Amino acid sequence: MELVTPGIGLIFWQTLTFIVVLFLLSKFAWKPIMGALREREVSIESALAAAEKAKLEMQGLKAENEKLLAEARMERDRILKEASDAANMLVETAKQKANEEGGRMIAQARESIENEKRAAITEVKNMAAALSVDIAERILRKELSNPQAQHELAKDYINEVTLN
Amino acid sequence: MKKLFILLFSFLTISVHAEAAAEGGEFRPGDLIMHHIADDYSWHFADGVTLYLPVILIDNGTPQVFSSSNFYDENHALVPYNGYVLNHGHIYRADANGQPAADQSSLLDFSITKNVASLFASVILLFAVFLTIAGSYKKNRGKAPSGIQSFFEPIIIFVRDEIAKGNIGPKYERYMPYLLTIFFFIWFNNLLGLMPGGANLTGNIAVTLVLATLTLLITVFSGNKSYWGHIFATPGVPKWLSPIMIPVELIGILTKPFSLMVRLFANITAGHIIILSLFSLIFIFQSVAVAPISVAFAIFMFFLELLVALLQAYIFTLLSAMYFGGAVEEHDHVGDHGHGDGAH
Repeated sequence: MELVTPGIGLIFWQTLTFIVVLFLLSKFAWKPIMGALREREVSIESALAAAEKAKLEMQGLKAENEKLLAEARMERDRILKEASDAANMLVETAKQKANEEGGRMIAQARESIENEKRAAITEVKNMAAALSVDIAERILRKELSNPQAQHELAKDYINEVTLN
Repeated sequence: MKKLFILLFSFLTISVHAEAAAEGGEFRPGDLIMHHIADDYSWHFADGVTLYLPVILIDNGTPQVFSSSNFYDENHALVPYNGYVLNHGHIYRADANGQPAADQSSLLDFSITKNVASLFASVILLFAVFLTIAGSYKKNRGKAPSGIQSFFEPIIIFVRDEIAKGNIGPKYERYMPYLLTIFFFIWFNNLLGLMPGGANLTGNIAVTLVLATLTLLITVFSGNKSYWGHIFATPGVPKWLSPIMIPVELIGILTKPFSLMVRLFANITAGHIIILSLFSLIFIFQSVAVAPISVAFAIFMFFLELLVALLQAYIFTLLSAMYFGGAVEEHDHVGDHGHGDGAH
């Protein structure tokens, strides 16, 4: 019975001491300890979160860089294609223009040749006519130096006129 | 470490031997064991090293303070002093013959007994340890723990995460100081009780009674509407059963801390009794040949007691946390028990 009979003295001292201990340890030990633990946990957690965020950001940046790079590549391809198209078109137009110009020049040349030819022919004709007249004059002058011949010619003409 | 334990045991053995010699004549293990686990007015560390503690009595409202050494004469025999007598570990009013008088009313004993002295020593130890740790936390702000801090930090975190958070829920924070204090108080005192010459503080029913009462008071005062609702109108139980249910529930409130009180007291006291019994075997058989077996078993028991010291502190704290958890738990489906409509 002795063992299971609580003594008033020990109950008193235990209650008093325990409450004082509880109060003092709460104020001076548990509060700073729990606070420090929480603070450290929060800081570790936030550091981990920040690292995770940085990782995600890095990934985002990388993806963006790749996107930019791809865009730049596409832009380059587009510009190159446009440039080559433009060059081709330029060459094409130049060729066409040259062809046209050539054709026009040929046509002009042909026309001018034709004109020259016609002029030359006319001149030749005129010269031939003048020569013929000259020759005819000289022949006539020689032929008609004797009256006989003059006579015969007149006769011929008359004959001809009669025939006409 | 092993050498240290053997040394400690040798002290204990010497102490037992001295006790046996002091009895003079027949060795009575029961008396020896009871003497060791009971409270005392002097602290007997080893043979010849005794600290006489102050006696504080309130006799009809008048305080009386004197040293317990006054109860002993030069031959270490008990004598009455100042109208009081020490008889079988208790102080009584003495009659003319130096025997306990018939009228013992209004005599309150608030003496600084061995257990109270041990309690103060443990409190000094608790302050020394935890104020040092708190200091290291201030000094190592945001850094990794060092030294004694790194030994206790996992235990503090264990109490917080496994005992408090797991059983109380989101409102665990306000119970943390109490849970940490009882955990370390019980653990430290269990260990101090295992020291040779140490007092059996946590194996004293008055101490466990106070601790269990504090748990009961905190539980009752933090009980919310749903907690009291379960006690006075248990959901799902027909109204006409309440004359039975309410007393049963009210007894249930008391049996929980009662079990805490008895569990801690019985476990610690039993451990002390077993170790002392093993040593007593040597004197019962009056043979040195028994000593190696006794010591081997006692060392085994001692290691078991070291485990029990931690385990009982854990169980007391865990169960306290569970009772607090039950008191603050929110039942968002009150009135839905046993109806089976499944609308959770």
